[in-house]
Amino acid sequence: MSIGITTYGVYIPRYRIRVEEIARVWGDDPNDIKKGLGVFEKSVPDRDEDTATIAVEAARSALQRSGLAGVDIGAIYVGSESHPYAVKPTATIVAEAIRATPELMAADYEFACKAGTAALQTCLGLVAADYIKYGMAIGADTAQGAPADALEYTAAAGGAAYVVGKSHVIAEIEDTYSFTTDTFDFWRRQGQQYPKHGGRFTGEPGYFKHVLAGARGLLHKTRSKPEDFDFAVFHQPNGKFPRKVASTLGFSQQQVKQGLVVEKLGNAYSGSSLIGLASVLDVAEPGSRIFMTSFGSGAGSDSFTFRVTEEIGKIQDKAPSVAELLAAPIYLDYAIYAKHKNKIVL
Amino acid sequence: MNVPRFCREIPSRYNLIGTKCENCDTYYFPPRRVCITCRRKGVIREYQFEGSGKVVTHTTIYSAPENFSKMTPYVLAIVELDEGPKLTAQIVCDPSEVKIGMRVKSVFRKLGEEGPDGVIYYGTKFIPA
Repeated sequence: MSIGITTYGVYIPRYRIRVEEIARVWGDDPNDIKKGLGVFEKSVPDRDEDTATIAVEAARSALQRSGLAGVDIGAIYVGSESHPYAVKPTATIVAEAIRATPELMAADYEFACKAGTAALQTCLGLVAADYIKYGMAIGADTAQGAPADALEYTAAAGGAAYVVGKSHVIAEIEDTYSFTTDTFDFWRRQGQQYPKHGGRFTGEPGYFKHVLAGARGLLHKTRSKPEDFDFAVFHQPNGKFPRKVASTLGFSQQQVKQGLVVEKLGNAYSGSSLIGLASVLDVAEPGSRIFMTSFGSGAGSDSFTFRVTEEIGKIQDKAPSVAELLAAPIYLDYAIYAKHKNKIVL
Repeated sequence: MNVPRFCREIPSRYNLIGTKCENCDTYYFPPRRVCITCRRKGVIREYQFEGSGKVVTHTTIYSAPENFSKMTPYVLAIVELDEGPKLTAQIVCDPSEVKIGMRVKSVFRKLGEEGPDGVIYYGTKFIPA
């Protein structure tokens, strides 16, 4: 019996700030930034939204799409680097808000931008071992970038929830592979509001080393070639990295296009590759094969291959698509954005 | 609000859990344990409201209590749920957008927090449907 994704849900806040507006405040050239990063705007949470509310909305959207009830879910793992509490799980809030309590496993994960895919692997293992019937993996973040830091142009908000099970599978998880090392490319110390990044470690030693090794590892393990896949999704901290990694691996820009949401969303950290995957599932047809590699600073990558089943057509239009969630945004100026992001300390 | 009170009200605040009298089809929010019409003949069952309704009346808060001071201006409304009960809730929208009779649906948001080191209260607000 195949194991895979049985449903998925996404949530993206309605607010956006354009690159031009951030560049105006810090005296940068917006065209340089847009050209350099390949990002034009990013999502901003409302004043009463955080990782927990985003995770709950994504989880509810996933249940709405499938008709599953909260009580069917045997495990919830929430991956994020912006959990509202340092101690007290986001997963319990989600579990209560979808009425999955009390008989379930639950915990929060943290692995920079790949905590959501780590949660997906946990659910895959628990379902494969028949400990649970359905497990929910969530990647959600309200990412922080310090004022005037380069990260401020991309650090965004959003999340996606995936239910893994053995029945009504819409996308079979064929295989997974991870690549992990101890790397100092990006970190945030306990109690600090903003993360720091290790300059030259960000590109080659961080993102490219781990995404390339993780993707090549899974291609080798599954004896696959890039041309075997219809779609490819890579973690997207900006618009350039995933395109570059795709071409290095031999994937075409056409394979990457549908899953590339960073241009209008920004980098939703733990939600990034999972929202990209949802954008692909929104349009995928039975038989489509999808390749995905996430990346988390610190550092590691999780790669997956999926095969879309006949079931996909039954649920694609039952909940808002990524394209719908990205449409009709409300644009903020920097002052209101700063208020939304608690950058103004009173 | 204090922690024990909030904890007791989590089902209602997170998921709009109320009750329904199966005898006379009356819905109650917040939940009642006794039907005020049927009294002893009432058959009370737990009921999760769908979360859709309309604005009965509204006001905009410009001068808020301390915990809500960063949220101003915000819209408070009496929302009539489609099943009948009315409740007071925040409408997440621009104050110029809200109208009497406007359709709304529930969303999960942060209601407030007890300072930087206290608990965070989550629950239901409404957005234009």
